[in-house]
Amino acid sequence: MPRPDSAGPDTKKRGGLQHAGRPGLIWSVPALLFFALFAIAPLGVALYLSFTDYQGIPVVPPEWVGLENWARLFDDAALHRAIGVTVILIVLAVVTQVPISLLIGVWAAGPQRGRAIVVTLYFIPLLMSSAAITVLFASLVDPNFGIPATMREVFNLPADNIFSNLLGNPTTAIGVIAFIYLWGSSPLHTLIYQGGARQIPEILYQAAALDGAGRVRTFFSITIPQLKNTIVTSTIIMVVGTFTSFDIILLLTRGGPSGATSNLPYFMYDKGIASLDFGYGSVVAVVLIVLAMLVSILMVKATGYDKLEGSQEGIG
Amino acid sequence: MRQRANWPAAIFAGLWLAIIMIPVYVMVRAGFSSREDYGNSGPIGMPNAFTLENFRYTMDSGFGKYLLNSGILTVGTVILVLLMVPPLAYVIVRGRSRWIPTVFKAMLFGLAIPAQVVVIPLYFIIVKVGLYDSLLGVIFPSVAFVIPLTTLILTSTMREINNELYEAMALDGAGSVRTFLTLVLPLSKGGIATIVVFSALQTWNNYLLPLTLTRSEDVRVATLGLGIFKQQFALNVPGLMSAVMLTIVPILLIYIFARRSLERGLMGVGGK
Repeated sequence: MPRPDSAGPDTKKRGGLQHAGRPGLIWSVPALLFFALFAIAPLGVALYLSFTDYQGIPVVPPEWVGLENWARLFDDAALHRAIGVTVILIVLAVVTQVPISLLIGVWAAGPQRGRAIVVTLYFIPLLMSSAAITVLFASLVDPNFGIPATMREVFNLPADNIFSNLLGNPTTAIGVIAFIYLWGSSPLHTLIYQGGARQIPEILYQAAALDGAGRVRTFFSITIPQLKNTIVTSTIIMVVGTFTSFDIILLLTRGGPSGATSNLPYFMYDKGIASLDFGYGSVVAVVLIVLAMLVSILMVKATGYDKLEGSQEGIG
Repeated sequence: MRQRANWPAAIFAGLWLAIIMIPVYVMVRAGFSSREDYGNSGPIGMPNAFTLENFRYTMDSGFGKYLLNSGILTVGTVILVLLMVPPLAYVIVRGRSRWIPTVFKAMLFGLAIPAQVVVIPLYFIIVKVGLYDSLLGVIFPSVAFVIPLTTLILTSTMREINNELYEAMALDGAGSVRTFLTLVLPLSKGGIATIVVFSALQTWNNYLLPLTLTRSEDVRVATLGLGIFKQQFALNVPGLMSAVMLTIVPILLIYIFARRSLERGLMGVGGK
């Protein structure tokens, strides 16, 4: 509310209106300090530790060993196996989660009222932490108290059947982990696809219907092309999430049986923190950080998120 | 025009619903069943009686303390985010410094840092600064890792504020502090709600940071408690499931009361 007697100062201020009330850079200092110390500095520390021998004991400081840890990358069979497991998990995640979340997301975007209730139920896994999801599934696949026991009774299976030791067999253990990823993460991607599908202009569908296009054709010639950016974004988030996370593996199998479910980040944790070989663990961490960043930068370029900057106030 | 019943889609949607709901059913059913009942009818069977005994047992086993620690961790993180992120977003949107594009780029870069992969250097840093085995030592990195996304969410909210409103404030002789408090904050409520929900979810559900940065039972959070109970309660699935349900209750409350913010916040989770 301008005061009646404030005409004088106001006129003076009008000249500097562009700068009046603009916050100085000092406002950003606390957040940037935290970000630099606990999010950026770890990247440098990981690189430094990768050239040292360090056992995580504060009284014995890291000892510089040059490229010794890096040389181990090339002849460590366990590491090469972890790369294989990582690739398998990424492939399984993409081939199961992309089609399912795409179809369910597009379906969920439909206008029918009844769908809203079903869609609410679809999102329940999103409320659960990965720890909660893993503990729940560990109980579900438990040979004595879980679904395998029920199957044995209902179908009268022999005591030793394919379900009797799901986490003890390399193939089924990978399958269980891929299923947990599907159950826990695809609701997020469903949500992303639902949002994307709602942006598709209705008029495209009306035009397709006038042309006499059936449902399947409409899906492939309108829905999929219109969702191209959404598919790219969702898939990249999925890939990065799959190759940088290991909390589910840590809680469920600890990489077992004998390394069959140890992906790269789990391998990193197991070497670095569990076995106190911080130097070697850091080598794997640096590799993963670089890979994740390259993929994420690709995503920013692909989706044009960086263009936001162009419309930004205060540049010029 | 697309209103004809689409049976294949409906059947697929129904099947998927069953896949999502069966584990949820098993969890809820077990959590409210006695051990005998669960043992007799198996995970998918129908319950015979309803009991709250598991929840009492879980709380008596120390889970209440873990939930409290999770609460302190979450509230502490959200408070720091609320103190630091709105001013940062305000500078990015309204500041005149030539460093602002760099700050904005740093936030985009921050989105790409995979949080789970930096646990080794974080452990090193937290031990160095003497915060190992304390909730504060978990709160600080938790804040750092939600800063990039929450800042981007909030800058897009603040960009919506009409320039004329700022000019009116300036004409009124308001400085940046008064503009921030009386104009920017009230008009950014939606974005602020979203970043609160997002940071709270990330922190409440985090497992790896507390795992690597704490050790004592005094500071054990609920997700770590679940991991411990998974071993201890190997023969007591109903007790374990009641603990899992207890960790979901606060998020369920947010889901009921702030669903829009939660969904926006969840979309943000994709950045982790």
